[in-house]
Amino acid sequence: MPERTPSQTVGPFLHLGLAPADYNFRPLFAPVLAEPGLAGTHIRIEGRISDGDGNGLPDALIEIWQADAQGRYAHQADGRALSSNSFRGFGRAPTDQAGKFFFATVKPGSVPGPHGRQQAPHINVGIFARGLLKRLFTRIYFADEAMNASDPILALVPPERRHTLLATPDAARGGLFRFDIRLQGQDETVFFDA
Amino acid sequence: MDDTYSRAGNRADPPYLAADYRSTRVRAPSRPLIVIPQTLSEITGPVYGHADVRPEEADLTRQHAGEPLGERIVVRGCVLDEAGRPVPETLVEIWQCNAAGRYIHVVDQHPAPLDPNFTGAGRCVTDADGVYEFTTIKPGAYPWRNHANAWRPAHIHFSLFGPSFLTRLVTQMYFPGDPLFAFDPIFNSVSDAKARARMVCQFDLDTTRPEWALGYTFDIVLRGPDATPQDPDHA
Repeated sequence: MPERTPSQTVGPFLHLGLAPADYNFRPLFAPVLAEPGLAGTHIRIEGRISDGDGNGLPDALIEIWQADAQGRYAHQADGRALSSNSFRGFGRAPTDQAGKFFFATVKPGSVPGPHGRQQAPHINVGIFARGLLKRLFTRIYFADEAMNASDPILALVPPERRHTLLATPDAARGGLFRFDIRLQGQDETVFFDA
Repeated sequence: MDDTYSRAGNRADPPYLAADYRSTRVRAPSRPLIVIPQTLSEITGPVYGHADVRPEEADLTRQHAGEPLGERIVVRGCVLDEAGRPVPETLVEIWQCNAAGRYIHVVDQHPAPLDPNFTGAGRCVTDADGVYEFTTIKPGAYPWRNHANAWRPAHIHFSLFGPSFLTRLVTQMYFPGDPLFAFDPIFNSVSDAKARARMVCQFDLDTTRPEWALGYTFDIVLRGPDATPQDPDHA
């Protein structure tokens, strides 16, 4: 059987291939996942990704993968029909010079989990950057979601670290959530191995 | 819950912390990853296919008024999974520097010439047999500031999706016999020599176009199905 091709870093010039709007090459992906008319609660997620010295990463790329507002994935492994063909559930955002990023989407619904247990609404996150030899995987959960208490994946995370996975609603701006990613050190984000 | 995708093949990947690659020191997580089951959120993933990509985006030598300088090459290969099955209809994105070792990217300050006829970005979608093909220019080596007199071996960055969130792969394709291999901490972050060899393309006379371009083949193997024997009562 063939063996796996190893992962390598995206390097500092990742925008050229993965977010090439500045290089006169048509971008395929965007940080905006949801058209205005799409059913569901429209939200905006803003965050910053920082290294072990607290410095923002100007050369990171964040990818998200999520279900629609009804908790359905635009993928054949999820056999349930989608409410809209326009929602593909995937977004990609390069960070700015300060390490900041944003996504505009709809809040995902609850999705099936292991052993017949429902998972709380969440978004899968993949992180690429110079200095990351392979992708990091984390999840965004929503701090105002009651289902978090029974989520089977959050239950695997030590309680004192769970807050690093919670996007927090902004009291002043409805629909805005804050989700920062800390690669190392104090309040280091929880990363998963699936 | 049984795994859908193999975990055993993950050992081919480099670690997050590879101290000789300096920027990993402040970017690698210091806490162990938390192992979780593969749920519907992981065994699904983004689907982008032929409708999203234009055929001409696979030829990096025809994106400008003139032809780029350098050695024209064809890079062709099959995207497979660990069970040896082709991965059809999957997006492949590439990026690279020009023949002189310079990226068009704003951050690249290497004093080698830019080529007005070369951007260095391309994409295509694998066919029904998992085959992809790009026409491009052989990239040059270039210096970086990781350590004294540090140079990257010539490489092309590859990004692939595969059928799920877990099959996503970003790697680099290197060229055979590069004298810089021994000195490159990114290449050598992969500890197993046989795994490193899987990142190196091969010259191929059959892929070579007479009077036109040298051909290289580069097969890419994505994460595949879990091969752990199943309990027949739970299969």
